[in-house]
Amino acid sequence: MNIFSFDNTFEGLLTLVFESYQRKQFPDEILSGEGSQPVLFASTITIETDDKKAERVWNGIVKRSSGENAHRIYRVFLADMPDTPMLLVKYIRLIIESGKNEETNFSEPIVVEFNKLHQKVCKEAHRINGFVRFQKTIEGSYYASFAPMYDVLPLCIPHFKDRYADQPWIIYDLKRNYGFWYDLKNVSRVVFDDLKVNSQNGQLHSSLLAEDEKLFQQLWKQYYHSICIQERKNDKVHRQLLPKRFWKYLPEKSF
Amino acid sequence: MISETSLEKLKILAGAAKYDVSCASSGTNRNNSNSGIGNATAWGICHSFAEDGRCISLLKIMLSNFCIYDCAYCINRKSNDIPRTSFTPEEIVHLTIEFYRRNYIEGLFLSSGVLRNPDYTMERLVAVAKLLRTEHRYNGYIHLKAIPGASQQLIAEAGMWADRLSVNIEIPTETNLKLLAPDKDFQSVLEPMKIISTSILESKEERKKHRSAPLFSPSGQSTQLIIGATNDTDHTILKLSSALYLRRDLKRVYYSGYIPVNSYDSRLPALNTPPLRREHRLYQADWLLRFYGFKANEIVNTENPNLDLDLDPKVTWALRNPHLFPVDINKADPLMLLRVPGIGTHSVQLILLARKHNRLNSSHLQKMGVVLKRAKFFITCNELRSQNLQDLKPEIVRQILLEKKPVGSDGAFQLKLFNPVMPALR
Repeated sequence: MNIFSFDNTFEGLLTLVFESYQRKQFPDEILSGEGSQPVLFASTITIETDDKKAERVWNGIVKRSSGENAHRIYRVFLADMPDTPMLLVKYIRLIIESGKNEETNFSEPIVVEFNKLHQKVCKEAHRINGFVRFQKTIEGSYYASFAPMYDVLPLCIPHFKDRYADQPWIIYDLKRNYGFWYDLKNVSRVVFDDLKVNSQNGQLHSSLLAEDEKLFQQLWKQYYHSICIQERKNDKVHRQLLPKRFWKYLPEKSF
Repeated sequence: MISETSLEKLKILAGAAKYDVSCASSGTNRNNSNSGIGNATAWGICHSFAEDGRCISLLKIMLSNFCIYDCAYCINRKSNDIPRTSFTPEEIVHLTIEFYRRNYIEGLFLSSGVLRNPDYTMERLVAVAKLLRTEHRYNGYIHLKAIPGASQQLIAEAGMWADRLSVNIEIPTETNLKLLAPDKDFQSVLEPMKIISTSILESKEERKKHRSAPLFSPSGQSTQLIIGATNDTDHTILKLSSALYLRRDLKRVYYSGYIPVNSYDSRLPALNTPPLRREHRLYQADWLLRFYGFKANEIVNTENPNLDLDLDPKVTWALRNPHLFPVDINKADPLMLLRVPGIGTHSVQLILLARKHNRLNSSHLQKMGVVLKRAKFFITCNELRSQNLQDLKPEIVRQILLEKKPVGSDGAFQLKLFNPVMPALR
């Protein structure tokens, strides 16, 4: 049994594919990051991430399918689930080893599975674009925290950077404990050790909030309740479209 | 400006605006090029969902709920004794910007009761949009209501600032409109629609010549029809929608199941619950018109003036046309694939791509998202044939399809697939 381990970066995964071909050995199991348990009675091949090797695999994918497909692979990688690396290795092998472009072969189960997951990741990113709620801080910047199901923040940042170009902001992933900070010029990755945030609702400590922040949250809540047509209440659809896991971070759903 | 006292105003003026269904925020792709605030994305974004399952994308609000008209179906009619109030244009602007900065909304949808006269009202709506675009360098979405009867000049100015303009027809036939809204007539509604559609076309032509020519309502125009307040048939309604799509190039016609807000008025039917199922079927039919290549008279006609409430309009059409089925999935042309019940636009794309690689069977189709329990009666694919529409008779297929889906009463019906799901689209 071939067990590979890598550093859980996208470049690491592409390096893993490169090395598999070089060794003519393909993984039966992939361990990622520090959290994974070593398996008894089997030796693990540890992959050292190498940007040059990763780039060669990336170019190979682009050549045998399309640039869009390569980007799709990156987005699926952000699903950040235990079995995603294995799915991606199978998918990349299919693309590389086939004589024709397999990315549109929806009669192939791996292609279908890959595209379904891709759709889910994109949907989560799209939801984050809509459901992020900024709180205005006392110093005039805007803060939002969230816990997306997949690691989709990197996909959302260009949208927020363009939209909120004239306000400094921070969007923080509480689940993965990192975020992005925009300082009116650049966006950079940040990690906070002592974040003064209530992890129950993502709200900043009230001493950090701008004076009128609570008023606008109240107005928004009022709007949310007034816009609903009581005669059309539909709980099932409501919860399908706005799943409960998002509620705790939305001021309009707080009590 | 905005303070604690705004809460009560917001409650009244959002409550007054909620019966307008439109909330699309898509169709314009505008970057934040002036380093101001906001952009508009072509696909639209839903920011929340109300407990009625409808998407909240825009701050949908009335500038004022005072109105000089007395339309029977409207909550804000002048004879109603309800709390009345107004926001100033500056208050609306302030609220919009603050909500937008917190990512609560995608933009503003501003409407108003008619104050004094149409021009006076329209001027105030235009003032809000202008303030946002110029003083605040706001690039987010703006949807303005065009007030019937407003001057051509004001509508032209509105189109310069707004992403979308809409005029609500509300009642699908002129006789019924006259009966329920004595202050309005078709002319006053259709005239601004015509002005808007001409201006949109002109602006598109101009922009082909000079890239810097100004945009006019780049996300097009829409309208709304109230369903079930009058005796108009689905045939009448869909014929009107289809004409609006073809001749006025509308982006959307919205259908709003009538909610008895003025139950004392004897010109209106007594309904216990809004006709949600009928509204849903109309949206399905509307999708068939816009995305599936159907013509209105294929869906409803003089023999079948109303949509079947128990089955979706595509199935009903297929059962009326058994000679066209079964369709061979591996050979059929795209337009015919689109007409198969249980196959949507997305599945058609996947089928077309996948069948270049392999001959497809039903398990492939299932994985692609085709609803086989409906589609299986209308297709053949690369496997032993199962019983299809030709073996069974349309009447039997109808029975089988009905059994799969118990029919609830109109009120218990859950809205699902169409408009309220992704109204931010188009």
